[in-house]
Amino acid sequence: MAEPLLDLRDLNAWYGESHVLHGVDMSVGRGETVTLLGRNGVGKTTTLRAIMGIVRKRTGTIHFDGKDLLKLPLHRTAHAGIGFVPEERGIFSTLDVMENLMLPPVVAEGGMSIEEIFTLFPNLKERRSSPGTKLSGGEQQMLAIARMLRTGATMLLLDEPTEGLAPVIIDRIGDALESLRARGMTILLVEQNFRFASHITDRFYVMEHGAISTTFPVGELDARMPELQQLLGV
Amino acid sequence: MITVFGVPIQALLGQLLVGLINGSFYAMLSLGLAIIFGMLRIINFAHGALYMLGAFVGYLMLAHLGIGYWAALVLAPLTVAIFGMVIERLALSRLYRVDPLYGLLFTFGLALVIEGSFRYYFGVSGQPYPTPKALAGGTNLGFMFLPNYRAWVVVASLIVCTATWFLIERTKLGAYLRASTENATLVQAFGVNVPVLLTVTYGIGCALAALAGIMAAPVYQVSPLMGSNIIIVVFAVVVVGGMGSILGAIVTGYALGLVEGLTKVFYPEASNTVIFVIMAIVLLVRPAGLFGRDA
Repeated sequence: MAEPLLDLRDLNAWYGESHVLHGVDMSVGRGETVTLLGRNGVGKTTTLRAIMGIVRKRTGTIHFDGKDLLKLPLHRTAHAGIGFVPEERGIFSTLDVMENLMLPPVVAEGGMSIEEIFTLFPNLKERRSSPGTKLSGGEQQMLAIARMLRTGATMLLLDEPTEGLAPVIIDRIGDALESLRARGMTILLVEQNFRFASHITDRFYVMEHGAISTTFPVGELDARMPELQQLLGV
Repeated sequence: MITVFGVPIQALLGQLLVGLINGSFYAMLSLGLAIIFGMLRIINFAHGALYMLGAFVGYLMLAHLGIGYWAALVLAPLTVAIFGMVIERLALSRLYRVDPLYGLLFTFGLALVIEGSFRYYFGVSGQPYPTPKALAGGTNLGFMFLPNYRAWVVVASLIVCTATWFLIERTKLGAYLRASTENATLVQAFGVNVPVLLTVTYGIGCALAALAGIMAAPVYQVSPLMGSNIIIVVFAVVVVGGMGSILGAIVTGYALGLVEGLTKVFYPEASNTVIFVIMAIVLLVRPAGLFGRDA
């Protein structure tokens, strides 16, 4: 693994009194793509939300590029260089596509230009004046990813980007992520569709009951298939 | 003499002008209320008191510091905005996560405290505020006499309302505000300091109320009761326009002011109730208001 960009140690998190994460340990190297697998409800989304600081009740350590994220208020996490693409996509209905695209503040130099983003996602260029929520599910997902690419974030947290999308759209999302990976973007992907993830990921982490149960490189996927099918119930 | 349905044209235009001026104040006040409700989900019952506060700050600046109308037009809204932002930081920000009823009760109490304090020191009789010299007198339009100050109120309120609409609908700050009303947590996760944004928004709403107050000072007298007299009508305007709708607040403010003026000409007995009758009809037919998002 490359030098760790994101490092979680003994991460615990709670929703009110409900203890959801029970000591998550994981690392993502600079420029690496890592996929977090697991059944529904094991804590994958909570892990991303805890990293961002959306879930505030946390213990343990979250280090990103040498900074301790646990001490930062929610709005400062993005400024450390992390872009968040939520599961529900979070497209704003009162904003058009262009306004949605321009909404997240630029946090560092090196982000993609609007032209580069439109080259990566040509659909968005055609729909730039449409209200955000008039887009198809696939276009909304593209927009949710695209708007983080302007910001100069060095790492993307993607929560189930293929959920509910048609296979042809999933392929296009995959191509876009592959392109980002080639540009050196660090990606932490939460995904149930491990066949999709296997095309872009370097390593897998598997989560059970709010903790990491195993980790393996993508090359071991075929050998691990029976174990994964049992773990994920597929 | 030219008449319309038996009413002399001068009387009709005169009442339409009065309606337009009232509508200017309704629009500015309901705009502030709509911004605060739209962004903070707070039903700001203190809005009338803030309007009164704006007028009194202008009056006190003139009486004790010799600061005239034009400077007060900037300084009074600024003073009230700072006061509002302190209130938001110290109190309202603690109520966002509970039922909106608590915000309503708090601002209602705040209105009573502000109004009560001014009644204690100034009584209920109004204090005069002179019309600025540059706007004294009027213009004879041939068919009616148009007081310059009243024309200024209409023009200034149109400029203020248009500028505020532009700020909310066409700028990056406005995009942050609109997005925050939908999903404040996600906007924060994008790196925007939403709590500061909410404080500024409340400050803008308070400044609009105070601006209306200082503009109203030469038209009406400066009185501790001036806010409570107008605020119920303004709430009706906001309901008709659609709670939280910026465009709805502006259009409905002017329109209902004109309707009120016309009613004074054709059926004066109903002039005090016509806005509430319209509100009741709108609530029955389009509960989200004429410009409300769910309408």
